Amino acid sequence: MITSPKVETKNLNLYYTENQVLHDVNITIAEKKVTALIGPSGCGKSTLLRCFNRLNELIVGTRIEGEILLDGKNIYQNGMDVVDIRRRVGLIFQKPNPFPKSIYDNIAFGLKIGGMKNKSRISEIAEKSLIDTGLWEEVKDRLHTSALDLSGGQQQRLCIARALAIEPEVILMDEPTSALDPAATFKIEELVTQLKNSYTIIIVTHNMQQAGRVSDFTGFLYLGKLIEFGNTNILFTRPKEKLTENYISGRFG
Amino acid sequence: MNIRNITDKFFHYFFLVSGVSAIGILFAIFVMLAMNGLQTFTDVSISQFFLSTRWNPSAFGEPSYGILSLVVSSIMVTLGAMVIAVPLGIGTAAYLSEIAPPFLRETLKPVVEILAGIPSVVVGFFGIVFLGPLIADVFNLTSGLNALNGSILLAIMALPTIVSVSEDAIRSVPKDFKEASYALGVNRWLTLVKITLPAASSGIVAAVMLGIGRAIGETMTVLMATGNALQMPGSFFDSVRTMTANIAIELGEVPFGTTHYFGLFAVGLVLFFMSLAVNLTAEHFTKKYRRYRT
Ligand SMILES: Nc1ncnc2c1ncn2[C@@H]1O[C@H](COP(=O)(O)OP(=O)(O)OP(=O)(O)O)[C@@H](O)[C@H]1O
Ligand SMILES: [Mg+2]
Repeated sequence: MITSPKVETKNLNLYYTENQVLHDVNITIAEKKVTALIGPSGCGKSTLLRCFNRLNELIVGTRIEGEILLDGKNIYQNGMDVVDIRRRVGLIFQKPNPFPKSIYDNIAFGLKIGGMKNKSRISEIAEKSLIDTGLWEEVKDRLHTSALDLSGGQQQRLCIARALAIEPEVILMDEPTSALDPAATFKIEELVTQLKNSYTIIIVTHNMQQAGRVSDFTGFLYLGKLIEFGNTNILFTRPKEKLTENYISGRFG
Repeated sequence: MNIRNITDKFFHYFFLVSGVSAIGILFAIFVMLAMNGLQTFTDVSISQFFLSTRWNPSAFGEPSYGILSLVVSSIMVTLGAMVIAVPLGIGTAAYLSEIAPPFLRETLKPVVEILAGIPSVVVGFFGIVFLGPLIADVFNLTSGLNALNGSILLAIMALPTIVSVSEDAIRSVPKDFKEASYALGVNRWLTLVKITLPAASSGIVAAVMLGIGRAIGETMTVLMATGNALQMPGSFFDSVRTMTANIAIELGEVPFGTTHYFGLFAVGLVLFFMSLAVNLTAEHFTKKYRRYRT
């Protein structure tokens, strides 16, 4: 079904100290497609998502078993450079979290840290990523004002622009629209649809319609287990598992 | 009237009276300082007072009341203290909040805060018997009671405030910022320097200002450790006399109501305004930092 896997987990188990949060997850993420992760609150969607760029290991007491392959290489293997992984796999958070810096500096930061010195090159990339996120027209006259003065939706698009600037291969999105109004949500969804031409996207959402609108594949997680995974259309219309059916028809939440 | 009403009333007035009298007392002190201090200027010109480096009220025939060298000494000792205490304090705060394992933080922070409780006379004593000889030895001086000694001691005294307040500021930086930075592939060190510390900067500035306030008003320690020579200091190896030390040394012996007497109050008044400026700056930044936290 998926011919070109970008990311793959193999028997992934994750524990927060004693508490096992992910159970034997095997999922395949197709390249340049949108994969949605759905499931009730607390089932481990964010946890799974953060495994893909190794952000979980910041939490003391996290233990991981199994493998996560990015282009066929296990990112948890000894000797893998976590900085490199995180630059290849960007993450958009649920709550927009621009740095308390100017709009421009928010984008320039990742580039400068990555060693880019050429100012005009940085400006070019900043402009391009703001154009790509549809933010350019709205902010081009105030690039050097604080990013915290932007609206929530604009902040979230800035966070996406910030992630795009360092040219990741995979973009992880953790309920990127849950703090936004319908208009801002619509813009982000449109953006996701565009971005999939160039990026592999994994998006966590509580919104079934959203999963239906933007994703090609959907995985349903329940209590840390991947209950069902498949083509979005099929999963939503003809789920194989009773649990999936109950969840998507809103019979539990 | 029932019992509850009476207790309510009682506490209402109790707190009202204590609040008003605390402010009243502070205000009275200020008025006394100003009334006495300003009388200096019936005999001494303002320009001489502020611009002359000679403080010699008991000189026969031609007493002089210039406070410049006292002011410079105070500022010098304080700045010297900050040069030591600021990097050390912020470094310690960053270590405690970001790097140290929790149990170490839980033990070290109270220990640092207890340092603030060491009586200044004890710190001064340490300056005389230990630090002074050490400085004399290392730099080959005849005496180690000088500005450097005072600066080091004041640094030790300002450190707890700086560490404690900056640590709070750094720790209250939302973890969202740090996570965003890590997610961009920025390592821990650069995240600290480029994201966390700048985000905490108003709190850190407030901490430094509070540290300066502590240092500039400190009397006993500098009195004991700096040698108290009345001169314009040329370097940190010179003996200096700060404004605070000068007041403490001379006020006990000065005849009441003389220009010298009023002059000491005027020095106190200047000191008051200097501390006030520092504290207002600290307050300004603390407010900013509180606003930012919510
Ligand atoms: N830092 C942590 N330490 C310990 N347990 C955690 C931590 N973070 C999450 N958990 C636990 O892991 C489980 C999965 O959490 P996770 O945040 O991945 O759920 P989620 O599916 O994203 O939920 P939501 O839809 O509410 O965001 C929960 O039971 C949660 O309590
Ligand atoms: Mg979540």
